[in-house]
Amino acid sequence: MKKIGLIIRREYMTRVRNKTFLLSTFLLPIMIVLLISGTVALSLKGKTTHRIAVLDQNGYFKDYLKSDASILFDFSAGIDSLNYSSKNCTAVLIIPVLKEDQKTVYRLKYKKQMGISDISDLEKRISSAITDHLIYTKTNISRSRLDSIRSASDIAELKTYSDEGKNSKASSQGLAYGIGYACGFLIYLLTFIYGAAVMRGVMEEKTSRVAEVIVSSVKPFPLMLGKIIGIGAVGLTQFLLWIGLIVVLAGVAQAFIPHELMAEVNHLQQGSVMTNASAIQTSEAARQIFEVKQSIATANWLLIIGCFTYYFLGGYLFYASLFAAVGSVVNEDPQEAQSLLLPISMPIIFSFIIMSIAAQDPGGSLAVWASIIPFSSPIVMMARIPYGVPGSVPYWQLLLSMGLLAAGFLFTTWMAGKIYRTGILMYGKKPGWKTMWTWAWKKQ
Amino acid sequence: MPMLDVTHLKKYFATQKAVDDISFTVDKGSIFGLLGPNGAGKTTLIRMITGIFYPDEGSILLNGKKFNPDADAARIGYMPEERGLYKKMKIGEQAIYFAQLKGLSRSDATDRIKKWFVRFEMQSWWNKKIEDLSKGMAQKLQFVITVLHEPELIILDEPFSGLDPVNANLIKDEIFRLAENGSSVIFSTHRMEQVEEICSHIILINKGQKILDGSVGKVKQEFKENLFRLTAHPLPDDIPSTLYDLLLKKEDSITLRIREGHTPNEVLEYFISRKSDITDFRELLPSLNDIFIRLVEGTSVSRQFQNIQS
Repeated sequence: MKKIGLIIRREYMTRVRNKTFLLSTFLLPIMIVLLISGTVALSLKGKTTHRIAVLDQNGYFKDYLKSDASILFDFSAGIDSLNYSSKNCTAVLIIPVLKEDQKTVYRLKYKKQMGISDISDLEKRISSAITDHLIYTKTNISRSRLDSIRSASDIAELKTYSDEGKNSKASSQGLAYGIGYACGFLIYLLTFIYGAAVMRGVMEEKTSRVAEVIVSSVKPFPLMLGKIIGIGAVGLTQFLLWIGLIVVLAGVAQAFIPHELMAEVNHLQQGSVMTNASAIQTSEAARQIFEVKQSIATANWLLIIGCFTYYFLGGYLFYASLFAAVGSVVNEDPQEAQSLLLPISMPIIFSFIIMSIAAQDPGGSLAVWASIIPFSSPIVMMARIPYGVPGSVPYWQLLLSMGLLAAGFLFTTWMAGKIYRTGILMYGKKPGWKTMWTWAWKKQ
Repeated sequence: MPMLDVTHLKKYFATQKAVDDISFTVDKGSIFGLLGPNGAGKTTLIRMITGIFYPDEGSILLNGKKFNPDADAARIGYMPEERGLYKKMKIGEQAIYFAQLKGLSRSDATDRIKKWFVRFEMQSWWNKKIEDLSKGMAQKLQFVITVLHEPELIILDEPFSGLDPVNANLIKDEIFRLAENGSSVIFSTHRMEQVEEICSHIILINKGQKILDGSVGKVKQEFKENLFRLTAHPLPDDIPSTLYDLLLKKEDSITLRIREGHTPNEVLEYFISRKSDITDFRELLPSLNDIFIRLVEGTSVSRQFQNIQS
């Protein structure tokens, strides 16, 4: 027991003291922020304008079809389905005479493919143009009146509350989705990063023959366990540093907000308890900050961080021993590891795909089962938890998932330990699956 | 009572009888040579003695008590043939770590390492990493790590490979000193001249079986071929004799094999009667190298795989 402590300590200290640890701890969040803001910026900036020529045989679409930055309709005469591209249009829309009592097909011809969201946007615009035209012709309402009704109709706003028996709590689907997806993604990423670290550590010990020296004083199983726990502790340290970093950054960001604005936000916070009427005098900026603060407050952070820690460690422990087993059977050539890694990385990648579905539909049966079965539960369950416990995730599901995960990692560690024990001292040919299977089940 | 007593040890792998019924004993304070060609089963045998492998059959006794890998790890120091050190770890830290794994306290380990480093003139290495060291330097460090916890049984697999003569002598002197202080040393190598120099007792294994066991002197006697070299001035002209066969003739010396039924004294008398001035007459004992080659030769150079029914 004392020896396993020594091994854990070495694994932990050599990694934490390494410069790359500090670098990756601070660079990874920055990289992720840059990546997200970069893609957002690009997707906003890079939005192409589709200039669509319209050949309308009804004559009224000119008045109702609304152009904007993403789709621009061109009704100028002289454009037809043959010369539209020479007139700077990317597509041509051909609308035949629409009869009221039957479905009529209208066509879009293009040189440059439009995205799926652009097409559905186009469809929506055309059908609302038809609706507007029909309302106008059938009811004799004036165009300006119709427009003012439309703009004035934006008077209802949805707020959601999760029902928790006696009292209900304000909730935010957007935030739950964001947290769930981020947690799932982080666990996915960390499982790979630290799993690979375990594998590399084992390979290093094997190829440098350190394993042989150590195994003459410590049994292979505690050696593997010590490595896994030590690297897991490094991961946990990194995670805690990230939380600290976020808290500090949030504090710094708040310090940059002017005092008057903060006073308004505080005013809003108190006001929201009594009445929402006071919100009228406050500025737009203050309202936005207030909304962000309020939606952050809807999440049960203690539960999320607690569960994240459990599922991160559980998922890591579940997979780390498998990574260790792979590391123990390969020799110098990292190429050999590739094929053995496939059956380990496939379930992790599948879990990630299921997770992105579960983050949108936390109650779906795929999401529920995948969040209970150990190999996918660490990633998938974290996508569901932000939607609320016990609302979206009943207690029995959470407890069953946690229990199965614990049983799962005990099992993988036990099995991988047996492969590891034999593999770590074997040199020469890489063993096949069949050989490894017999190692896993043989006694001693 | 021998320090180490190995009886009927067996270890079969799927395609090899790696160790097939080997018994031997190592006395306290002796230096024991474990010899054998490549693939003879030396490493497997050593791995069983160090507790890395469990034997299939047979027993290992340490000081008369059954060997228990967990409890006895601290009593054994093992230096494998290929260096086992963490490349990226600082040397001082690394030595302390390995010593702690053998059960030493941190402060105790630090003190001992410092003493050894002074003795081997390695003081300036403490904060260097293994990757900064040459092969020979790493070898010295490995040796220090192996013997640091003052094990009763030290197992060295090719300890001199990659060392220059000065450093090899340094290590050799340490091996003698450790043996004098009561440690038993098992020394595994292919280099016969080192064995002759260092070991008091040897066994030779081939194809998993022991084919030779005895003290170096006894083994040599056993394999002697009645070869003698005689230096005399002048050498008589009529050298051929019924007493011996002449093997080699140089300006003032001859190498001869005494025939069965005759003694060296008869040969000497023969030369004295010829009025030769004998300056030197000595028996030529075979070198361990010759014995090794003679015993191993004829068996196939590399071991064949076989199917073992288990």
